[in-house]
Amino acid sequence: MFHFIVRRLCLAALVAFTVSAVAFLLLYLAGDPAIALAGEGATEADVLAVRKQYGFDRPLPVQYLGWLSNALQGDFGHSFFFKIPVVELIAEKMPITLKLGLSSIVFAIVLSIPLGVLAAIKPNSIFDRLALLIAVIGQAMPSFWFGLMLIVVFSVDLRWLPASGSSSWLNFVLPTVVLGYYATPAIMRLTRAGMLEVLQSDYIRTARAKGLLPIAILFKHALRNAVIPVVGLAAVQLGFMLGGSVVVESVFALNGAGYLAYESISRNDFPVVQALILLFSLIFVLLTLLADLLNAWLDPRMRVH
Amino acid sequence: MNMTAYGFLICSAVATAATVTGAVTGAMAAEDTQGQVLTVAFPKELETLNAYGTNTREGIVLSRHIWDGLLYRNPQNGEYEGNLATDWEWIDDITLEFTLREGVKFHNGEPFDADDVVFTFNYIADPANGVIPQRNVSWIKGAQKVSEYKVRLLLKEPFPAALEFLAGPLAVFPDEYTRTVGFEGMGRSPVGTGPYRLTGYDTGVQLVLSRNADYHPGSPKGKPSIETIVWRMIPEKNTQYAELLSGGVDWIWHVPADQAERFKGMKDLTVSNEMTMRIGYLGFDASDRYGPTPFDDIRVRKAVAHAINREGMVSALLKGKSVVVNSACFPSQFGCEQDVVSYDYDPDKARNLLAEAGYPDGFETSFAAYRERGYVEAMMADLANVGINASLDYLSYPALRKKLENGEVPFLFMTYASYSINDVSAITGNFFDGGVNDYARDPKVIEWLEIGDTVTDPERRRENYSLALKRIAEQVYWLPLFSYNAYYVYTDKLAFTPTADEIPRFFSASWK
Repeated sequence: MFHFIVRRLCLAALVAFTVSAVAFLLLYLAGDPAIALAGEGATEADVLAVRKQYGFDRPLPVQYLGWLSNALQGDFGHSFFFKIPVVELIAEKMPITLKLGLSSIVFAIVLSIPLGVLAAIKPNSIFDRLALLIAVIGQAMPSFWFGLMLIVVFSVDLRWLPASGSSSWLNFVLPTVVLGYYATPAIMRLTRAGMLEVLQSDYIRTARAKGLLPIAILFKHALRNAVIPVVGLAAVQLGFMLGGSVVVESVFALNGAGYLAYESISRNDFPVVQALILLFSLIFVLLTLLADLLNAWLDPRMRVH
Repeated sequence: MNMTAYGFLICSAVATAATVTGAVTGAMAAEDTQGQVLTVAFPKELETLNAYGTNTREGIVLSRHIWDGLLYRNPQNGEYEGNLATDWEWIDDITLEFTLREGVKFHNGEPFDADDVVFTFNYIADPANGVIPQRNVSWIKGAQKVSEYKVRLLLKEPFPAALEFLAGPLAVFPDEYTRTVGFEGMGRSPVGTGPYRLTGYDTGVQLVLSRNADYHPGSPKGKPSIETIVWRMIPEKNTQYAELLSGGVDWIWHVPADQAERFKGMKDLTVSNEMTMRIGYLGFDASDRYGPTPFDDIRVRKAVAHAINREGMVSALLKGKSVVVNSACFPSQFGCEQDVVSYDYDPDKARNLLAEAGYPDGFETSFAAYRERGYVEAMMADLANVGINASLDYLSYPALRKKLENGEVPFLFMTYASYSINDVSAITGNFFDGGVNDYARDPKVIEWLEIGDTVTDPERRRENYSLALKRIAEQVYWLPLFSYNAYYVYTDKLAFTPTADEIPRFFSASWK
């Protein structure tokens, strides 16, 4: 188990390093940060001044190594755009993204696992079809469109919930539904498949033969084994939600780290993008690691591999 | 993220839902009127609140509310009026003397005097302090105190547009406070003499501005009426519409023409349109910076000018108060000669000109652009109609800008807003001065502009700009296309007048 964790952690560091190096190069290919910083309509002198001030005239590898050595000491530099330390900026925006990501994954699990179970109990029944329909809609609907539809209904028409902002928990209801619903189909389908497989296995037949209550069989015996792959999937989905909530954050004007990442890319705010990429890739890798550990704990067979 | 297509769909959905259900009724902002809170929405987050740290539209708008300049340009008649200065006089070509207003206080109680002006101008004049954009301040040498309420502003060289800048972006900071908190501190907790002071700031979420009860009565900006302004940042246009319809926001702007039309039919909303100083133009590589191209031939440039249906674009796409522009500047700018050659829409003439130039079957070219893809596609269709097959090189602004500066763009669609500076030097000085953005490199034009930019006699300036602009039009170095406009949509309880400089003045707004 110890070796397993160490190996995974080393891999995590390697992944994060590779991602950051590739991201750095890609950012430079995308545009000249000095021009972006100087702003639309800036004169030649403006651009030159900015280029010199920020050291963009140094060779690329020098800039990257400089960034890396500072980053390893916890200094991610200052945002080009906001002129404040990147760490401070991310600390300001991250809570919103975390709140949104966690509430969404909870919403997704609470919605999709019962649906998956329901669909598996009676395959091809009306419940199954209905669950499938819900899943397909979730997969097919762009979150941008879905978000705005919810705003139209619940904010403009019914006026139950605020359309945008982050001042109270009410502001998080609609974005949670949108982001969480997006993860629902995958989790639901996996639960359904897992349940179907488990329900046909020998030990369930034995349990039935012993005369156990169907409810007990379903939740005590079947579900526990069926959700093992779901744990891994949910962790990956949470990773996606944290890094990929850009659209939802933008539609609901939540201004979290996802939106910050998107905006920072468009304004070539390299230090922020670099730090966020590193952070998101680390979170992603750690979540996967956590999922593996959870799985290993739930399913002893996995510890052998 | 292609939001435009969805956006259009949603607009109709929002509009229909609201109209059909009659949701947009009485409640809108009714409570707000009593509480005197005006909620406005802007799409962009401000990187800093410091007037000298940003060149975003939002930054410009905010700075006019928090700070005052020495002068103020009356948006109604275009005249310069004294604000923090009561009197000003050119001592010579490079020295301006100001008599300052007495009895003015900054928001923190610090009294305003010559020390503040001297401190501010000496600070911004130093390029090391990185004022953005440098163009606003690069002509300033420094300032000297004459007495407590008299200062002299020293220019590096004659710069007749100085008053325009002093009446616009150049805010006066309090010296003691700024020394204590630094320019970074000013970016978070700004203090000025302006009609509003900052009383709340939640980064990236909202700003709260409260009326400055002690605002100096002599200010040409007038006494502010609305007590509190909540300035929200909502990036997504459709969300702004939803907030406007549900009463969460009272005022939005830069609403696209087709959407503004829909809002026009709604109860409780006012839709206004006003010109902006942004103009669009087609630029040609007429000086071989890119290399030999068909555009080296003036007949080809003229053919393009006759091929584009500018009137059609204005009436079908831009709408509002947009107009076709023939001179390479915004009509209200000082020195923007209007009596220049113009080219009417005439595809046959365009084809003939192309044939004359040796392209009877047209030619292929790359065509760079960075915004309004719909306009770009309309122009590409017009060009194809006369045989010019343009392949679109659609780039982000920084990427296009870099290519432009490196001489890598033979033909492009660009826009420029002159930073709301109502003097022609703000635009010609950036594109026809022989610098990196100049694809004409015409020595005559450069010389005339140089004279216009540096002599102080207004008549001589006008003459030289006129010569330059006439030549630019004759030679078709640019094909100026149209001016832009902005649609403003707000609750009908608000008395608000948009201005052509694209700076909404909430200090002049009031509740009906």
